[in-house]
Amino acid sequence: MIPIVYPLSLAVVMFCVGIVGFLLRKNAIVIFMCLELMFNAANLAFITFANHFQLIDGQVIVIFIMTVAAAEVAVGLALMVAIFRTKHTVDIDQLNSLKG
Amino acid sequence: MTVNLLVFLFLGVVAIAAAAGLILSRNTIYSALFLIINFLAVAAIYLVMGASFIALAQITIYAGAIMVLFLFVIMMLGTEKPKEVEQIKWQRPLAIVLAAAVLIEGVYALITRVALKVTTTAGTAALSDPKTLGLSLYNKYSLPFEITSVILLVAAIGAVVLTQKTRKGSGQ
Repeated sequence: MIPIVYPLSLAVVMFCVGIVGFLLRKNAIVIFMCLELMFNAANLAFITFANHFQLIDGQVIVIFIMTVAAAEVAVGLALMVAIFRTKHTVDIDQLNSLKG
Repeated sequence: MTVNLLVFLFLGVVAIAAAAGLILSRNTIYSALFLIINFLAVAAIYLVMGASFIALAQITIYAGAIMVLFLFVIMMLGTEKPKEVEQIKWQRPLAIVLAAAVLIEGVYALITRVALKVTTTAGTAALSDPKTLGLSLYNKYSLPFEITSVILLVAAIGAVVLTQKTRKGSGQ
């Protein structure tokens, strides 16, 4: 079978790629997708440990994470549409009205 | 090298390549499509680990519902390509340093806390059965389950309120 280090390393690498994208990209929608990537990495770690300890709880928590992610995406994309309506851009560098 | 290991390695390479494509691609639509590939690869990894229900939920919820929502919004807002001009000079190196710090931390935790010899076990009937998952969800986790319903309700109302066009003369 698979050594559990492999899926855990995959989760770590995916999480770091998500962080890099989150910090580097300027498009707010891509930033959101990087958030989803990080959620996904966390889910992978949960499933790995659920398999390792032979407990169903890890899978239950993944279901909760998916639910919260779905809610977060709905609200976030609605926010983005609202921002686009007033600012006509989703470039986060342009959204600097609060800058002192 | 078992077949499972080979399948996992292939899927892992696909997942990482798709993640890299997500952050490197200039076109937002391509980024979304790369993310769908990543979700599918990770769903297949769940299948290898014996979490069959989660794998299918991942495909239907993430790759289905959430990414359709993303693609919808991308098409609505237009695939504008923001100028990738650095407004903060040290942003790129700092981001890479921070991500490298998290990576080193994760690798350190893996080396010190996880034994290299430990392998995943074959998906037992109890663990890959949706019945076990449902029983746990409705007995042990019934209260969090109810709370998620409230979260979804609030999110639905919030999405409607946020995208509502403001009426003239309402002072909004």
